[in-house]
Amino acid sequence: MEKRVLFRSAWLPWLLIAPQMAVILVFFFWPASQAIWQSMQSEDAFGTSTAFVGLENFKTLFDDPAYIESFKVTALFSVLVAGIGIAISLLLAIFADRILRGSLFYKTFLIIPYAVAPAIAGVLWVFMFSPSIGVVSYGLRQMGMDWNHLLNSNQALSLIVVAAIWKQISYNFLFFLAGLQSIPKALIEAAAIDGAGPLRRFLTIQFPLLSPTTFFLLVINVVYAFFDTFAIVHATTEGGPGRDTAILVYKVWHDGFRALDLGGSAAQSVVLMVIVVVLTVIQFRYVEKKVQY
Amino acid sequence: MRFKTLALASALAATTLFNVAHAQTEIQWWHSMSGPLGEWVNDLAKQYNASQKEFKVVPTYKGQYDESMTAAIAAYRAGNAPDILQVFEVGTATMMASKGAIKPVGEVMNSGGAKFDPSVYVPAVSGYYTAPNGQMLSFPFNSSTTIFYYNKDAFKAAGLDPEKAPTTWPEVIAAADKLKASGHKCPFTTSWMSWTQLESFSAWHNTLYATQNNGFGGTSARLAFNSPLQVKHFENLAKMSKDGTFVYKGRNNTADAAFPSGECAMMTGSSGLYARVAKDAKFKYGISTLPYYPDVKGAPQNTVIGGASLWVMSGKPADHYKGVANFFTFLSDTKVQSDSHRRTGYLPITTAAYKLTDASGFYKDNPGTDVAVTQMIRKTTDKSRGVRLGSFVQIRTIIDEETEQIWNGKRTAKEALDAAVKRGNEQLERFEKANKG
Repeated sequence: MEKRVLFRSAWLPWLLIAPQMAVILVFFFWPASQAIWQSMQSEDAFGTSTAFVGLENFKTLFDDPAYIESFKVTALFSVLVAGIGIAISLLLAIFADRILRGSLFYKTFLIIPYAVAPAIAGVLWVFMFSPSIGVVSYGLRQMGMDWNHLLNSNQALSLIVVAAIWKQISYNFLFFLAGLQSIPKALIEAAAIDGAGPLRRFLTIQFPLLSPTTFFLLVINVVYAFFDTFAIVHATTEGGPGRDTAILVYKVWHDGFRALDLGGSAAQSVVLMVIVVVLTVIQFRYVEKKVQY
Repeated sequence: MRFKTLALASALAATTLFNVAHAQTEIQWWHSMSGPLGEWVNDLAKQYNASQKEFKVVPTYKGQYDESMTAAIAAYRAGNAPDILQVFEVGTATMMASKGAIKPVGEVMNSGGAKFDPSVYVPAVSGYYTAPNGQMLSFPFNSSTTIFYYNKDAFKAAGLDPEKAPTTWPEVIAAADKLKASGHKCPFTTSWMSWTQLESFSAWHNTLYATQNNGFGGTSARLAFNSPLQVKHFENLAKMSKDGTFVYKGRNNTADAAFPSGECAMMTGSSGLYARVAKDAKFKYGISTLPYYPDVKGAPQNTVIGGASLWVMSGKPADHYKGVANFFTFLSDTKVQSDSHRRTGYLPITTAAYKLTDASGFYKDNPGTDVAVTQMIRKTTDKSRGVRLGSFVQIRTIIDEETEQIWNGKRTAKEALDAAVKRGNEQLERFEKANKG
């Protein structure tokens, strides 16, 4: 279903989108083109000696096994964060939709984590799970499990996945709840009268009608997992143990700002940008076809 | 009308006179000292500003060492750099290689008309910040070194003599075993893994960490810390980790909290931690020299420097440099140095300051505070002057990453050190190429 608005003047549409275009030009195209330019240079930290090296930074990048590993970690991480995040928020939204008493209370508390800054969320979780002083790690030790995310890769990955999902649940929850509430009650009641159980009603009516929301949240969650989780990784594991939680965006920051390898970091940024653009294009071309508006 | 104009004109003239009288040259100083150390920096600036009227030093906290360095680089590229920048020792090679961005301290002092005698500075400290041609590049400010802290109360509880500090690694291992047997959860840990267990460890044993005299000879240096001595040491640490006598507490200086809180009984770390230990430790503690292997010829030699130095940025007007030279002369004053050393635990940068502190009886009243100094005041060899490598932050992270795999059992000590050397050398090659100009 496409809406087409017809403008009679030739220049009014351009004028109306000009402010947005200006913002995109200044905040996306300009830095992106600088990054592309910088990724083809080899320079020292202060920029006093710069040399054009073409695609050499990219070649070094893909020859580096640490970078390839970072790809795998990021892929696993984003699948877990997007998948589990959407699943849990959907479940919570379904529950929240059905309760009558105290719904405002539940909704408020489910939405609060969204207001917490990512860095603070990371610090919060690292305090709870700190092998030395954490409350949760103490409890886990009482139950016989030795929690040490400084050395155990699986535990470190679980920690950042949980911290990342916790923050994003509120956002997903809000959209799912709105989506559920926009489904006409009459449809559900009709299905109930026809004898469909709750699960059947969900699978055949609610979920298909939620597909625009799910598709939208999938795109948003993937972008979130790729970019906005930097603060969580930085505050909790700093990419460790070894390189097992060094997601791509963390590596970009470390190589650029800690290690001052600006050419390599810019090359990584460019690769990251291309990946997310491609993913989004794929999602819009193929997944959107399955969405029933 | 004429009177009014005359009055106005004379009033304006008077205000310009006032402006000229208050034209103090402001010296911008960006640093990374927070907490009690930040107070120390502010007090130094206040003391200096009160002692003369021509210059005003304005210290600004710009975040941790790596953050303030990044901020300064961005400011430099925008034409807005500070006059003085505190850069950690790990960033020395980066600063040196950026020709044109910095002005060597030797030049600033000489042209600023200040009386400058490089020989008054402790060789092991100033030598680190000196170019191969003998010119001092940056001003040593807060220099620390690696020392050994131990919990005397925990020693007593485990049946060890609290007044006898373990000085060799075999003694440390034996003490750790005894502590573990008595039920202690964390007998030994370390902070700054690369700095304490590889860089300082190598210098302490007069062994190379990297070729070309640990990088002092130029950017063609390559890593060499996977020699038999360092591998043997890490194999010992790996065994300790498996036995539970060495507990890994995290990268960089995350482990610093573990000693003053009483969690870990022995720790190798920075002498700069002294301020925190003296304030927070609720137990009797002892300070001793970094442990060594007695069967290695030449050990113990001297330990390497940590901390930071002050670099002067280029492109500033001449009167700023005069102020910087004046301020650095103030900082080198024996009494100022001695007071700073006593307050913070950082090394005194002049031998005269060390002698003054010694004469005042400070070391007798606070046993262990002279350990850091005596470890550094010795004569250095070509292999023990320190480590000066490019991409050093990346190399330290690589070392952190690889050695973590030893503690969680994924790699052996030899595999991890070999991998770290290989990856680190790739970084050094790129640094050499990028800084050829």
